[in-house]
Amino acid sequence: MARLSMGVYIARRLLLAVGVIIGVSLITFILAYLVPADPARVYAGSNASAATVASIREQLGLNRPLPVQYLAYVGRALHGDFGTSYKLQTPVLSAIESRFPYTAALAGAGILVELLIGIPIGIISAARPRSWLDRGAMGFAMLGVSAPQFWLGLVLLYTFGYLWPIFPLGLAQSPSSIVLPAITVGLSGGVWYARVLRSAMLETLNADYVRTARAKGLGRLIVILRHALPNAITPIVTQLGLDMAYFLGGIVVVESVFGWPGVGQMAYQAIQNDDIPLIMGTVLFSAIIIVLINIFIDVLYAVLNPRVVHS
Amino acid sequence: MAPTAWTAADDEEAHHYRSHWELAWYRLRRNKAALLGAIIVLLLVVAAVFAPLLAPHDPNQPFDSGMTLDGSPTSPNGTFLLGADTLGRDLLSRILYGARVSLTIGVVANGLAMVIGVAVGLVGGYFKGWVGTAVMRLTDVMMAFPVLLLAIALVAVLKPSLWIVIGVIAFVYWTPIARIVHGQVLTIKEREFVEAALAVGAGQWRIVFRHVLPHLVPVIIVYTTLGIATNVLFEAALSFLGVGVQPPTPSWGAMISDGQNYYRSAPWLVLYPGLAIMLTVLGFSLLGDGLRDALDPAWRD
Repeated sequence: MARLSMGVYIARRLLLAVGVIIGVSLITFILAYLVPADPARVYAGSNASAATVASIREQLGLNRPLPVQYLAYVGRALHGDFGTSYKLQTPVLSAIESRFPYTAALAGAGILVELLIGIPIGIISAARPRSWLDRGAMGFAMLGVSAPQFWLGLVLLYTFGYLWPIFPLGLAQSPSSIVLPAITVGLSGGVWYARVLRSAMLETLNADYVRTARAKGLGRLIVILRHALPNAITPIVTQLGLDMAYFLGGIVVVESVFGWPGVGQMAYQAIQNDDIPLIMGTVLFSAIIIVLINIFIDVLYAVLNPRVVHS
Repeated sequence: MAPTAWTAADDEEAHHYRSHWELAWYRLRRNKAALLGAIIVLLLVVAAVFAPLLAPHDPNQPFDSGMTLDGSPTSPNGTFLLGADTLGRDLLSRILYGARVSLTIGVVANGLAMVIGVAVGLVGGYFKGWVGTAVMRLTDVMMAFPVLLLAIALVAVLKPSLWIVIGVIAFVYWTPIARIVHGQVLTIKEREFVEAALAVGAGQWRIVFRHVLPHLVPVIIVYTTLGIATNVLFEAALSFLGVGVQPPTPSWGAMISDGQNYYRSAPWLVLYPGLAIMLTVLGFSLLGDGLRDALDPAWRD
């Protein structure tokens, strides 16, 4: 019985996700249609004759009614064909594929930074609440969430790339060139996790089972690591999934500050070039990743917490 | 609308409400971080309103003395307290005027997003049936978009101006508040006073405006404050990427973008506008957190 309703739950989530993706594709398509630049002209280049532009318009099917164009787009997309980038003259999917490893590496490193910052600071703060260490850490956390990412990136570049040149200034050349972009990506999330962990742990520390553990004579730090931390970490897992989804969709600002050749930078350039198939492709790609990871989190949450399924 | 009888339940609620607000005010006054936030916000508002009086120079005036002989910007000195920018304009004056742009966009865009979000959340939460479902599905679709990419694309299509930037930010940022309000409405509408109002024959809209909406006021206050912080950061990112308010209007994000190629030789061009953004976001965040703790300690995350 329980297994059946879990299956129904997952099926419902998947169905909703398909609906969301259709909605996203529809809105993206309408937006792309509103772009004032003539796609056939962009594709042909500024020197092409009017006749060439007209034949390209015919060839790309741009003179057909909008709903027909949309259905044709969806039909091709279902077969993995998201069109050809006007600017790069390569298939959109292969353009995304070539950039995705960079974004994935940066996203993974960013998540790692979030955990490396969030967990230790959260533990230290919860271990000695209201101490000067806790106050300092929480002050740092407030500053961390307030700093604009692009600014943080430039400050890190200036400090550790120029003043004390520990990390390379250039593009994604050596493995260490990922360090500064990763810190830029992960800092604000990391300090946010520190705050959430701290308050979740302080709450857990008042629970009966933790008091029992303390009464048995376990030290405060041991209690925190063994009892409070595992319980406080659940709300963080959900948010980590969401972060991962947003990072994988392209980290536009950080990629452009560091010249990191990921999906986000490519999408930003596509917008500047009026490269409509590439814009639509990257937006859809990001949305699909966000939706899929959301389903994964929901299902994981339902498996861990079966009450959700029945509500 | 004909006034309905003042019931004992209303009386008790009014009493409860007053003490609730008094208690919140008391908690807020004792919260040092929130007070610091309030002071920062107040100073920013003063800077924005009185920018013409406070700024030592015209923010758009290039000065010969703002450039060194080799054409690089003058570093901070007696005339240019925070240095000059790449065109020889006074950085401090531009930062003060920049407060106007940031606060205007942050406050107005956030206000619009709140109106849309609260309306959608109310309708989605209160009205069962296809209307409620449709607006919440629309929220799901909007939430699946990569926010920044969508905003950049929209501004690029619509051509950047102050009002376009405000509209686009509101358009991409109403979804979280819609979700929060939706969740709140779902619990509020199950409470006894809604049932009681239905029992005495109150109409749906009367219940929404007179009984549900007032209970959302604390949530609205908190997320209005926190939302300004988010929107200021977002506006800064847009203008950093060149799709915010256009030059020569001073905008903090655009100032950092202009200065980023000089970050080694003239680090003040990046440092000070960034500190201004950070201070603004910090002020609204501290105040918002304080308001949340004051209005409902159970919300502490």
